[in-house]
Amino acid sequence: MSVPDEQAGHRVEAMLGHLLRYGVLLAAMVTAIGGSIYLIAQGNDRVSYKSFGDGVAPELRSPSRVIVNAAGGNSRALMQLGLLLLIATPVARVAFSALAFARQRDYLYVGMTLFVFAVLLFSLFHGGG
Amino acid sequence: MTVLEFTAVVGIGSLLAGFLGALTGLGGGVVIVPLLVLGLGVDLHYAVGASLVAVIATSSGAAATYVREGYSNIRIGMFLEIATTVGGVAGAFLAAKISGSAVAIVFGVVLLVSAYLSMRHRVHHGEDGPPDALAQRLRLDGSYPTAEGPQKYHVRRVPLGFALMFGAGVLSGLLGIGSGALKVLALDQAMGVPFKVSTTTSNFMIGVTAAASAGIYLARGEIDPSLALPVVLGVLTGSMLGARVLMGASVRLLRILFAVVIVALAVQMIYKGFTGEL
Repeated sequence: MSVPDEQAGHRVEAMLGHLLRYGVLLAAMVTAIGGSIYLIAQGNDRVSYKSFGDGVAPELRSPSRVIVNAAGGNSRALMQLGLLLLIATPVARVAFSALAFARQRDYLYVGMTLFVFAVLLFSLFHGGG
Repeated sequence: MTVLEFTAVVGIGSLLAGFLGALTGLGGGVVIVPLLVLGLGVDLHYAVGASLVAVIATSSGAAATYVREGYSNIRIGMFLEIATTVGGVAGAFLAAKISGSAVAIVFGVVLLVSAYLSMRHRVHHGEDGPPDALAQRLRLDGSYPTAEGPQKYHVRRVPLGFALMFGAGVLSGLLGIGSGALKVLALDQAMGVPFKVSTTTSNFMIGVTAAASAGIYLARGEIDPSLALPVVLGVLTGSMLGARVLMGASVRLLRILFAVVIVALAVQMIYKGFTGEL
């Protein structure tokens, strides 16, 4: 590939890198806010993390249910929303990379990037397993 | 233990792990799971779930720094992410199928190998090889900035690198680690990518790989927000602090110290895996 293309790619990536950092900060803040509310309300409860039974509550297991419950003011769901935003940062990066490759008319890499994007979406939305 | 005490203990431990991981370049993720499992008796699967999110946060948080240096090869990264993400999904599904003891033993072995790789003197393969047909068709060859201007390099043994990356993905999904050491090994030793390019490209790939596994853990109910909260915020803060501290002469000593900690944790994981205590 010619050098100008490589430089253009790096410019897009550099911009994305900054966006990702802000995304991470935003996500960390959402998690921290949810966590503060949770700790104030339930900080003195006794816990054991040796066994989780059948896993966390169903409302914390899929993106759509997490969003609905976080909007409803559930502090654990708000923490989970922050974690979901973190998980979403590399997904957003892959999506933007597809656009960057498309602008360079590099369709082989648009295809590869979309495949990676599809795997990530499958992981997030397959809904149980 | 109360929720508050547990959060504080895990938070401080994660902060330290993130700090040392960033300072030594070994990554904080590798010690989080053993610390949670061995130190606090946390269920292995939930420790892995929390660690995965921490790995993603660290990778995305550092992305700006790595890209600015201009070393990472985005084509190599994206091409190999096909292997790591499919491996990551497979590893996450596999984690539910095999026993915690087996996962612990694999974890211990991977820790030992990582410690070995980090302490070993790196062999410089020196001269750049001839162009490789497959690498050329995929346009993987690139260049990186040096004091004397851009330095071109050729990529080789693409299928071997791809296979190793699939393995790195599986381990990442199974153990909740970034598999940075194995990724660098695949790029640097197998594919002949210059070391600087290998490390930054590996960092670029770690977050995407972990995200492919995290969704599976989420749907299984194995990402618990009250456990993940102190782990993620602790590791993230620690690694950002660690990246700001200037690399001094004492880093060599820290690396040795950190490697000793890793070996100790590895031995315990393997021991407890065999005795079935996990």
